[in-house]
Amino acid sequence: MSTALDTVTRAADTPDHPQPWKDLGLKADEYERIREILDRRPTGAELAMYSVMWSEHCSYKSSKVHLRTFGDHVTEAMQEHLMVGIGENAGVVDIGQGWAVTFKVESHNHPSYIEPYQGAATGVGGIIRDIMAMGARPIAVMDSLRFGAIDHPDTARVVPGVVSGVGGYGNCIGLPNIGGEVVFDPTYQGNPLVNALCVGALKHEDLHLANARGVGNLVVLFGARTGGDGIGGVSVLASETFDATGPSKRPAVQVGDPFQEKVLIECCLELFHAGLVEGIQDLGGAGLSCATSELASAGDGGMLIHLDRVPLRDPSLSPEEILMSESQERMMAVVTPANVEAFLAVTAKWDVEAAVLGEVTDGEHLVVQWHGETVVDVPPRTVAHDGPVYQRPYARPESQDALQADTPDRLPRPGTDEELRATLLRMAGSPNLSSRAWVTDQYDRYVMGGTALATPDDAGVVRVDEETNLGVALSLDGNGRFTRLDPRTGAALSLAEAYRNVAAAGARPLAVTDCLNFGSPEDPGVMWQFAEAVQGLAVACEELGVPVTGGNVSLYNQTGDDGLNSAVLPTPVIGVLGVLDDVRRRTPSGWREAGQSVFLLGTTRDELGGSEWAWAEHGHLGGLPPALDLQHEKLLADVLVQCSRDGLVDAAHDLSDGGLAQALTESVLRYGVGVRVGLDELLDRDGIDAFTALFSESAGRAIVSVPREEEVRFTDMCTARGLAHLRIGVTDTGDDGQASLDVQGRFSVPVAELREAHAATLPRHFG
Amino acid sequence: MKVGVVTFPGSLDDGDARRAVTLAGGEAVALWHADADLRGVDAVVLPGGFSYGDYLRCGAIARFAPVMSEVVRAAEGGMPVLGICNGFQVLCESHLLPGALVRNDHQKFVCTDQRLRVEQTGTAWTSSFTAGQEITIPLKNGEGGFVADAATLDRLEGEGRVVFRYLDGNPNGSLRDIAGISNERGNVVGLMPHPEHAVEELFGPGLDGLGLFTSVLSAGLGAIA
Repeated sequence: MSTALDTVTRAADTPDHPQPWKDLGLKADEYERIREILDRRPTGAELAMYSVMWSEHCSYKSSKVHLRTFGDHVTEAMQEHLMVGIGENAGVVDIGQGWAVTFKVESHNHPSYIEPYQGAATGVGGIIRDIMAMGARPIAVMDSLRFGAIDHPDTARVVPGVVSGVGGYGNCIGLPNIGGEVVFDPTYQGNPLVNALCVGALKHEDLHLANARGVGNLVVLFGARTGGDGIGGVSVLASETFDATGPSKRPAVQVGDPFQEKVLIECCLELFHAGLVEGIQDLGGAGLSCATSELASAGDGGMLIHLDRVPLRDPSLSPEEILMSESQERMMAVVTPANVEAFLAVTAKWDVEAAVLGEVTDGEHLVVQWHGETVVDVPPRTVAHDGPVYQRPYARPESQDALQADTPDRLPRPGTDEELRATLLRMAGSPNLSSRAWVTDQYDRYVMGGTALATPDDAGVVRVDEETNLGVALSLDGNGRFTRLDPRTGAALSLAEAYRNVAAAGARPLAVTDCLNFGSPEDPGVMWQFAEAVQGLAVACEELGVPVTGGNVSLYNQTGDDGLNSAVLPTPVIGVLGVLDDVRRRTPSGWREAGQSVFLLGTTRDELGGSEWAWAEHGHLGGLPPALDLQHEKLLADVLVQCSRDGLVDAAHDLSDGGLAQALTESVLRYGVGVRVGLDELLDRDGIDAFTALFSESAGRAIVSVPREEEVRFTDMCTARGLAHLRIGVTDTGDDGQASLDVQGRFSVPVAELREAHAATLPRHFG
Repeated sequence: MKVGVVTFPGSLDDGDARRAVTLAGGEAVALWHADADLRGVDAVVLPGGFSYGDYLRCGAIARFAPVMSEVVRAAEGGMPVLGICNGFQVLCESHLLPGALVRNDHQKFVCTDQRLRVEQTGTAWTSSFTAGQEITIPLKNGEGGFVADAATLDRLEGEGRVVFRYLDGNPNGSLRDIAGISNERGNVVGLMPHPEHAVEELFGPGLDGLGLFTSVLSAGLGAIA
């Protein structure tokens, strides 16, 4: 080292020492604020901690004022099942019988563009550790992926890397991947979205929280060694402090080791069950800076850490780098002195390295020492929670009116039956509607033996309790185009779709997690999209009675400075969790038997603004998204859940992207059982034409297949509940086993032809 | 009858294998990689997963686990041993079975409901099936391509030691569509697909996997009688 260690004493003695706050992403007033808090200049280590904890990613400084809206719209009834809400590592929901589940979705967008495989893999690894930190056993993962144009050369680099990264981590750690989405749109070209969700299960008594209480309790770091990966901007600071022979330019993307994390899961669960953990926190973004400051500020406030005790992969790391490293597969626990020996015995059994770094202390300061010298001495709350809060200016962009006025009404529509047939086939093979099997076949959906439904069904369903078959359903949905046209309605429509999917699987929706992916908060138009989307979501959550329990905000998904034109489509990705008292009652989306009646629930209007048809067939995005009636969504969900409970339907499939045509296609292709559909009554009832009936994306609709013997009970129930329902067809295996999707009097598509159109697209592009 | 299921660090389907043993009517016993002790079991399952992260080479480190010396000794004495996926790889690395498993020819991990034909019902793990029976069980692997030299393949075929063969397309480039094989005595069987994921209605593609576990249990009962 060429310069002296930047201790607290030295910082006090050298107030004018120049510091690289700007290179670390801090603003001048933010740096001044740190100096005010400490009443001196920060040390290099302190500066590193503040800079990363006050970053947009960790502090939510641009989004915080809007996110408070969620709290304003939470009613007492919504909290009935909520054991832990927003603010902890993940929300926890009571699902009955003494069980709880915890779930959360999080983004790993930017790293996945730079290094698709590791970016996506560590995104999965990070969200799994959040779930572990609540005391839960992770039981499933999902992923919502958005890429640039399917035929862009760089898409061929990003897609295989991200998919094999998600699969490589999830498969090796042994968690079933039960669903998600894959969407292509040019706005994601330089900004792919990789959102990963994990769900875990725990008994009520196993709930653990992230806090450090009890003076004298020990702080233990365990898991992987700390290396130089994921340091990012802090390398700037390192190079300021050290000469050229020291470590420089660290790779900013972390590297994952799923095997290490699998062992860490088993080790953590054994520690929890043995009652050896007082508080626990995972190490993710901002590494030790985040874990120590959050644990301390959520506890009594005081903590002493001996940083030189951190097991290192690279012994040349500086204190600043150790504090900032985002090396994966690490956890931090607070352990009583009486338990520490037993704790270390368990970690040794699993060959997991552990080090006692320090202890909970009197007072309210987080003190970090390096070989006996104090390099950090801060009030931890000021690092973890008192970051800057910005009231970013926001304004409805002037271009919004023109966008909404440019409706799809002017687009030529297929007129003849032959054109309808050709449109259906092209749509079934379009980038966003074609089979996702090329992706999902790379994910293990069977491991753990509890998967009752997975993609391509509407929701993923996993068993929580093997004795009672209690389980949960999850769906993850977003619609960037709808949100672009009307952020408030579009965000609520995304929620409604996930809610409907969970209900279609037969589960009672209980709670929500969201990942809000937007462009630069410094653009007032983007901030308007964000504020509107949050409002729309919060109000819709209240009306549906499902609280947001946690999630994440990802901003700066933008390349270039051409305002909204260079930002990604505003993309709130919404995860809805539902509960099934018996997962064996879950409703699949495909037809298995001939001779069942197919009913369409809900009504269809001419709503093609932002539709897949307008985009795939005409490259058009304009007009308004479909109207949303949340009371109707609630009614539809109630009916679908009751159908599952009472065994009235054999299959249910929600209508969303691509409308009725796509829903019929998917239900046919699931098991190869065809359908004969008659549209005439529907056209009369709703006053629409055949094209609108097939391709409109009106919300609040689903198709169900009803066994003949249940038809009277089913229609009586719909009538009694006041839900629009219409028998539109019958499932059919066809003559000589030649099943088809047959729209009577108009056209017919053999299943084989439909399957070929649907299946070929992704393999053609990605091999 | 007691069936032991070994847990290595990185084993993933150990719980599923124990559940399958229980559903088939046996008593599942958890065995730990670091204990050179089979705890009095009558048969052993080496489950799927990524033992030791599959670093170096799939199964290459697991074969040196203390429990494996006992498994090898017991297998050589005639104890039924089943290796599923990673377990199959461990059996090959341990030289209880010939050949090796290499990266899928298409270079991708694959998870699919796989059609298989049961080619040999004379092993400890396949006696409940009928010869030529076609079954569907999940397949999920990244390195499942079975390879061996031509002489070994000919010998396996000639001695009736090809136990399972892929149908409806070869999912990973395995030579001669081989999905599973046995040792000469028929007590040691390895296969890439996962029978433990097809033992419960609604949690998998069907019940076709149960046959492997009922086979070994009935073989055990026969031995006791």
